[in-house]
Amino acid sequence: MTSYGADLLVILPELIVVGAACLLLVLEPLTPPSRKELLAWLSLGALALCIGLTGGQISVLNLRVSAFSDLVVVDGYARFWKLLLYGVTGLTILMSLPYLKAERLQLGEYYGFILLALSGMMVMVSGADLLTIYLGTELMSLSLYVMAGLKRSSPRSLEASAKYFVLGAFSSGLLLYGISLLYGVAGGTKLGAVAAAIGSRGFDDPLLLIATILLAAGFGFKLAVVPFHMWTPDVYQGAPTSVTAFMAVASKAASFAAFLRVFVEGLGGLKADWSNLFLLLCLVTLILGNLVAIVQTNIKRMLAYSSIAHAGYALIGLVAAGRGMGESGGASGLASVMLYLALYAFMTLGAFAVIGMFRKGGLEGEDIEDFAGLAKRQPLAAFLMLVFMVSLAGIPPTAGFIGKFYVFMAAVEAGLAWLAVVALIFAAISAYYYMRVVMVMYMREPDPSAGEVPQLVASPALTVVLACAVAGVILFGLFPNPLVSLALQSVLPLK
Amino acid sequence: MVPLSAYVAVSAVLFITGLLGVLIRRNFIIVLMAVEIMLNAANINLVAFSHYLESMAGQLVALFVIAIAAGEAAVGLAIIIVVFRGKISTNVDEMNVLKW
Amino acid sequence: MTDLLIKLIPVFPLLAVIANGLFGRYLWSHDWAHRLAWGSVGLSFLCTIGVVADVLRTGTAHEVIAYQWIFGGDLTINLAYLVDPLTCVWLLVVTGVGFLIHVYSVGYMHGEDGFTRFFTYMNLFMVSMLLLVMGNNYAVLFIGWEGVGLCSYLLIGYYYDKVSAAKAASKAFVVNRIGDAGFLLAIFLVFINFKTLDYTKVFAQVGQLSPDMATAIALCLLVGAVGKSAQLPLHTWLPDAMEGPTPVSALIHAATMVTAGVYMVVRNHAIFDLSPVAMETVAIVGGCTALFAATIGLVQTDIKRVLAYSTVSQLGYMFLGCGIGAYTAAVFHVMTHAFFKALLFLSAGSVIHALSGEQDIRKMGGLSKKIPWTYRLFLIGTVAIAGIPPLAGFWSKDEIMGHAFVHHHYVFYGLAALGAFLTSFYMFRLTYLTFYGPSRMDHHTEEHVHESPMVMVGPLMALGLLSLVGGFLGFPPEHGWLHQFLAPVAGVGGEHEVGTGLVLTLMMIATGIALLGWGLAHYLYSMNPAAPDRWAAKAQGIYNTLLNKYYVDELYDVLVVEPTKKLGLALDWFDRVVIDGIVRAVGTMAELGAAGSTWAEKHVIYGGLNIIGYGNHLLAKQWRQLQSGMVHHYAAIIIAGLFLLAVVIQLIVQR
Repeated sequence: MTSYGADLLVILPELIVVGAACLLLVLEPLTPPSRKELLAWLSLGALALCIGLTGGQISVLNLRVSAFSDLVVVDGYARFWKLLLYGVTGLTILMSLPYLKAERLQLGEYYGFILLALSGMMVMVSGADLLTIYLGTELMSLSLYVMAGLKRSSPRSLEASAKYFVLGAFSSGLLLYGISLLYGVAGGTKLGAVAAAIGSRGFDDPLLLIATILLAAGFGFKLAVVPFHMWTPDVYQGAPTSVTAFMAVASKAASFAAFLRVFVEGLGGLKADWSNLFLLLCLVTLILGNLVAIVQTNIKRMLAYSSIAHAGYALIGLVAAGRGMGESGGASGLASVMLYLALYAFMTLGAFAVIGMFRKGGLEGEDIEDFAGLAKRQPLAAFLMLVFMVSLAGIPPTAGFIGKFYVFMAAVEAGLAWLAVVALIFAAISAYYYMRVVMVMYMREPDPSAGEVPQLVASPALTVVLACAVAGVILFGLFPNPLVSLALQSVLPLK
Repeated sequence: MVPLSAYVAVSAVLFITGLLGVLIRRNFIIVLMAVEIMLNAANINLVAFSHYLESMAGQLVALFVIAIAAGEAAVGLAIIIVVFRGKISTNVDEMNVLKW
Repeated sequence: MTDLLIKLIPVFPLLAVIANGLFGRYLWSHDWAHRLAWGSVGLSFLCTIGVVADVLRTGTAHEVIAYQWIFGGDLTINLAYLVDPLTCVWLLVVTGVGFLIHVYSVGYMHGEDGFTRFFTYMNLFMVSMLLLVMGNNYAVLFIGWEGVGLCSYLLIGYYYDKVSAAKAASKAFVVNRIGDAGFLLAIFLVFINFKTLDYTKVFAQVGQLSPDMATAIALCLLVGAVGKSAQLPLHTWLPDAMEGPTPVSALIHAATMVTAGVYMVVRNHAIFDLSPVAMETVAIVGGCTALFAATIGLVQTDIKRVLAYSTVSQLGYMFLGCGIGAYTAAVFHVMTHAFFKALLFLSAGSVIHALSGEQDIRKMGGLSKKIPWTYRLFLIGTVAIAGIPPLAGFWSKDEIMGHAFVHHHYVFYGLAALGAFLTSFYMFRLTYLTFYGPSRMDHHTEEHVHESPMVMVGPLMALGLLSLVGGFLGFPPEHGWLHQFLAPVAGVGGEHEVGTGLVLTLMMIATGIALLGWGLAHYLYSMNPAAPDRWAAKAQGIYNTLLNKYYVDELYDVLVVEPTKKLGLALDWFDRVVIDGIVRAVGTMAELGAAGSTWAEKHVIYGGLNIIGYGNHLLAKQWRQLQSGMVHHYAAIIIAGLFLLAVVIQLIVQR
């Protein structure tokens, strides 16, 4: 029983977040509608506590602590992702403050859901057992289903929520069935046990094959990888913008974290096979994501396809890790994925923050055409959007370039130069749809018949979010080394 | 003694039934039920494997899955109610404002 | 000390960008904005002089690391500068001419909307261009490359309320992306082969490159250069780029950015030298462009477009020089061209300014009296570009042509000579139509004609002086000061010694060609003004072909743009019909898989599952309703993906 207390200490950040979420839900009915922002500050406080706790361990980054008989583990890998998730969640909450006010959606439970989703993500990145990873995924998804539909006055939001729910539940059914089969093959649900049982025997067992495919599909859904991506554009478009940002960044990062851990720590013995599998998925994702993004007219939908394409770029790193010759090659592949998602977080959050507060009358300006002439009216806002778009397109010296650079380098090191070249070509194509936003902002006058001209509504919280995002994009573009070395240090050991 | 393959076969049939239910049925509530069937197919697997492997982990997972299924049903029904208020319909096909 | 100066060169414009870009609109007036802008470039120019003086004195290249940008694994990329004689030449041109153009812009852009925005972009361009020529590795070169492209894009579209400007900007952007893709490919090939991106390390081990790989890298680089320098077949964006303000045309689309392709080829000459095929290609591209663009220039009626085609044509000479191994001559031509083409563009700007925005030479004429300074300076530019000694253009162009002749590239010599004749002709045609003859201006414009202010004429005079004497930097031919300066980086020009007699003969022929062009222009546009129309009427077909620029744009429309649009539509259709069809098919298949393969069985299973509304599902109407956004379609796609994965894994496992 003595170790029980120690176990609780290991998951202290999770406990804080869940505790804060419960507290929020209790306090929610007690706070008057005009004071709901207090709840946001409360959740930010909880996050600050967690950042202190996890950040304080940065000096012992790679110390591996496990708890509850190896159900959860806190290692460098988990700490890296947790820090990223805290940051993203904090910025999302800040972004939500003005957004919810503008949408008249001041619901206290919103922040509770964000924290619950965050706790699910934290369990995902720390999970060392298929059970905990599944539980974390479900906790995250259930919160997100609700958040997507929070704008109850909007049929689109409800539709997004319902679609997300049906397909999400469906995909989690696939994931669970895969887990159950894997359990049957491996005789245990701990990743270590799975790895030991599989060894390096390959797909000799059809059950193992089906299980792997089902796992890939289940995670592929959360990552928005083609062909499991169909929900993404609809849900991203319909959900409230702050929720979309949260989904596009945090949920994708956490899913990637769990996905990498399962396939590297658990199914590492099959890496020769799954790397081919993901190579295929990655190619399809790059092609479809980038090409379909070109024809979009709604900016949230365009960013949804862009987020699909970015999942494709990140997958290159995993493929490289699977192919990686020797220890170092694999490590740089995994590190490149971690780096990619961390950098992707800044630019995507920034872009969504601009979109969320870009208002036409009381409504969101969601069409790309709404941005016409923004450079003239609000040059600073247009410039920020320009930076985010340039970064998403991967043009140096922004963070987006650094992310792509490391991913492509990992591919080249793993002997996949042709894949890097293909991805490069699609990166060049992607510039077309990102720069279209820039072109509209800088080179087109708003249609005079369209009525009210959309404006970016500034507020202190939004300023903080945008400043953080643009600083991240530019500083990590110019000085990527701290982040790169952090990612390289905290990478999973690849057996 | 019922062989393990029998359990796996039943579970597979249930799983495919659930899969087809999601594919074919148009009623939101029935789709939700189909998803529950999929989860329960996994549960049968877990418990059967647990018995034959003589490991408790599977049964534990199954217990958790039952809890999650309940949570999922609750959230799902809540979403259905809100959607139903707006549309007076629970037909999944009618949710197609967002497309392309 | 020199290292510090080198680091400072790009810093000044960068500071000006930050200051003007972030605060310029709010905190200070236009006066301070332009002072910051040209002042920062001026400081860069002073630093450059210091650096060049040091390089001249010591004769060594400086390599300075500003900071480590990316490191880890096999690769380290520094933000580092390499200042060798080649870079020095470009630095002088970029900061020197850039400074003059900035000063000129103060007058030209006076009172325009977005004055501060203009100077912010211009300074940003300077930063990018400096990085481009100063970088010591391909990554920095690429950053500069993208940066100048972005600035060019923003500045072409500066008058964005004009539809044509926005279109031109898009066109420049898209065409340049094609070039960029080639360039990136080249960088990747370099990295794969050498495991480094630093020039010095790459060129030190260039010998181990296989000829095929060298050809591949060189051709990829060439694609990049062709895009940026507007060579055939990617030349179409440059004439359209004239939609930007005139100082932009002078700085970016004549003097500096478009010569980046030449810089890249010369910088990588060690790789090009390994591949005769690539060299031949460079020469062919250059030679053909030189002639091709010159013919189009013959009939254009927009003053800036004539100059734009002449730029394309002169860039062709530079590529031709590179292709036949006359790197020094090519660099020399870049330099003199920067002087006289900037002069021509800025004087043209002065003309346009005087005529309140009129650009059509058919509506000019007789301006020599009204704007005498502009006229004199324009004439200097014309004489210089036409290749009449002793002005700048003669020496550099003659050197390229002479090199071609001496090294037995007679075809290229012929192309270049014909091009030179046409150049002389269309430039004098432009001069005659603009400044001589009766005035064809409308009354209102004519009343307002005025000489430009001193802030514009001053820089013109400096450029005029450079155009007059700049050529002597390369005198005597092949052994001039410039040749000795560049010898360590560009290789020695003429390996076999050429007799003075031959050199003089070639010079006289070149001069003769230029004078012939002048004479023809004089005959047609001064003595016998009715003749051109008669000639045009006689050769209607040729005239129209030239006027329409050989229909290249139309060709691209038919070959590329329309199919792309069709592809877009097809993708759209594909999305709606095929993807959806597949979804439906997969849905059907899944149903069939459950139900068996026949219609009847399907009914049985449906009955068995007791589906409400299954009849509706079977209605043909719904099958034809091509719409998605439906949840069960998405689910069906997921299932299809699963099957796909299963098949793929099976294939992998079996292999």
